[in-house]
Amino acid sequence: MLKVRGLTKTFRSRRNTVKAVQGVDFDVAEGELVGFLGPNGAGKSTTLRMLSTLLRPTSGEAVVAGCDLLADPNGVRNRIGYVGQGNGAGAGLRVGEELVMQARLYGMPAAEARSQVTDLLKQFDLEGMDNRTVSTLSGGQRRRLDIVMGIVHRPGLVFLDEPSTALDPQSRSNLWEHIRSLRDRHGTTVFLTTHYLDEVDALCERILVIDDGRIITEGTPDSLKTEVSGDLVTLHTGAPAEAATVIGHLPGAREVTTDATSVRFRVPRGDAAVPVLVRELDRIGAPVEAVSTQRPTLDDVFLTLTGRSLRDAEAGAGDGAEQE
Amino acid sequence: MTRTLRLFRHTRLVFVRSAQPWLRSPALHIVAVFSPLLYLVLFGPLVKNALPPKVDAWQWFVPGMLMQLTLFGAAYAGFAITPELRSGVTERLRVTPVSRLALLLGRVLGDMAQLVIQGGVLLAAATAFGFRTPVLAVVLALALAAVLGAAISSLSYALALTVKEENKFAPLLNMMLVPLMLLSGVLLPMDNAPGWLHTLSRINPLSHVVEALRAITAGHYGSTAAVQGTLITVVMAVVCGLLGWRTMARNQA
Ligand SMILES: Nc1ncnc2c1ncn2[C@@H]1O[C@H](COP(=O)(O)OP(=O)(O)O)[C@@H](O)[C@H]1O
Ligand SMILES: [Mg+2]
Repeated sequence: MLKVRGLTKTFRSRRNTVKAVQGVDFDVAEGELVGFLGPNGAGKSTTLRMLSTLLRPTSGEAVVAGCDLLADPNGVRNRIGYVGQGNGAGAGLRVGEELVMQARLYGMPAAEARSQVTDLLKQFDLEGMDNRTVSTLSGGQRRRLDIVMGIVHRPGLVFLDEPSTALDPQSRSNLWEHIRSLRDRHGTTVFLTTHYLDEVDALCERILVIDDGRIITEGTPDSLKTEVSGDLVTLHTGAPAEAATVIGHLPGAREVTTDATSVRFRVPRGDAAVPVLVRELDRIGAPVEAVSTQRPTLDDVFLTLTGRSLRDAEAGAGDGAEQE
Repeated sequence: MTRTLRLFRHTRLVFVRSAQPWLRSPALHIVAVFSPLLYLVLFGPLVKNALPPKVDAWQWFVPGMLMQLTLFGAAYAGFAITPELRSGVTERLRVTPVSRLALLLGRVLGDMAQLVIQGGVLLAAATAFGFRTPVLAVVLALALAAVLGAAISSLSYALALTVKEENKFAPLLNMMLVPLMLLSGVLLPMDNAPGWLHTLSRINPLSHVVEALRAITAGHYGSTAAVQGTLITVVMAVVCGLLGWRTMARNQA
């Protein structure tokens, strides 16, 4: 569905040059629900806007929904849906009019456009809102309207840029339901960007992590947690130093730290490592008094890879985010 | 579907979309003609003394007010696009296969339709003051005003898309509109102006448009003033239209 090679974007102005995207490669298969995770200013929107024909790449190439991005942008436009970071519907216009017009821009006949709009409004809990002025909708309703607008022509691939930003928790989980149903009910391939960890955790089967214009890792949320960070195990024991030595020989164990009463370390599969360890420590006379394992978060993954927490990275990228 | 047919369909869709707000609230037209009407009432009576004895004040002044209405109405068209640029509407439209020319043409046609209605209201109101002109002249004058409107509103969109922020766009407009307006000979005849001022007003294309409007409403359809002014207006519309198109199609949201 999506094949991206060496894509870069450099913004040049008289005063400065911003290398927003510095060579990204990835593939997305049909029917996948993929998340593009990274702090503000990482280059997510820029990548998305290049892939949806809004920005011309500085270099690189991509095949989007079967069409070459550079050679056939109109083919791409006909086959994708794009829901940007902002609101796509004109504030002073009516919901139904905007949607029907959008469908007709893709060449859909008027009658078909109207019935498609009625169906989609119903499906996205916006039933009967046709005649409402867009500006009177709540934040969650307006975001759902944006999504409806992005899929009204039934594209096979949809790009969503920060779909749940600025929504309250309830509207967010409601929106996630709808995004999931896009894929589950219609088989639409969904590629979304986010800087929220809970969003990818709740929604995405596969994630690409981007930082500073480069993809730093990719995989399923679980595999990234296991392989990149691993579980955090804390053992309480009377002999932490001896325990630490044993742990040091455990395959995959790292970041071993001790204090007076406990040892902490990371290991890919904490649940499997602990029983072995407990037996071994018993044997050498350093019995375990208490043990806890903690699954890593995606923030731990980001921290492991970049040395920064996603939250810190965000604070640091403040000026980059505001320029938009 | 051929390109032309698609362009036509897309233009119509964009036109209908841009016309919605004023179709729904006709009061907007009253607001738009209010200021030229004020000029008629409060300034019109002063014009008589500034004109040569045989010239009828209303016949001279009303075409200028039509030009002013068109100039200002069209110049502010860009304000419709800056919020859409910021909110993401423009981006949403640019991702669709809509032709960029249609995005401009549809809006410009909407502005032209609106200006024709407002110009008609203005001319009708002017008859109450004693302004008289043949029906054919009304049609031709409104058509010419609409072409001028197309030129100015295309330019306004190009500027708005470039400047992007209202607080920069508004003073920029003011800076351009006031001299254009003063140098067009709308308020007072430029014949008695000092040489340099007269030359400046001759350079201003809008002076020629006003003179064409005056010739047309006087029934001199084939006069040099009418033909010359019309040609100048058409050239302006083509040049500004191309500029607007280029800006609309430019590869940066
Ligand atoms: N039009 C632009 N001109 C100049 N710099 C830009 C432009 N758009 C984005 N940038 C810069 O590119 C970088 C990446 O931005 P963006 O793709 O919006 O990040 P994200 O969506 O991940 O938050 C930022 O440093 C941003 O300031
Ligand atoms: Mg972004």
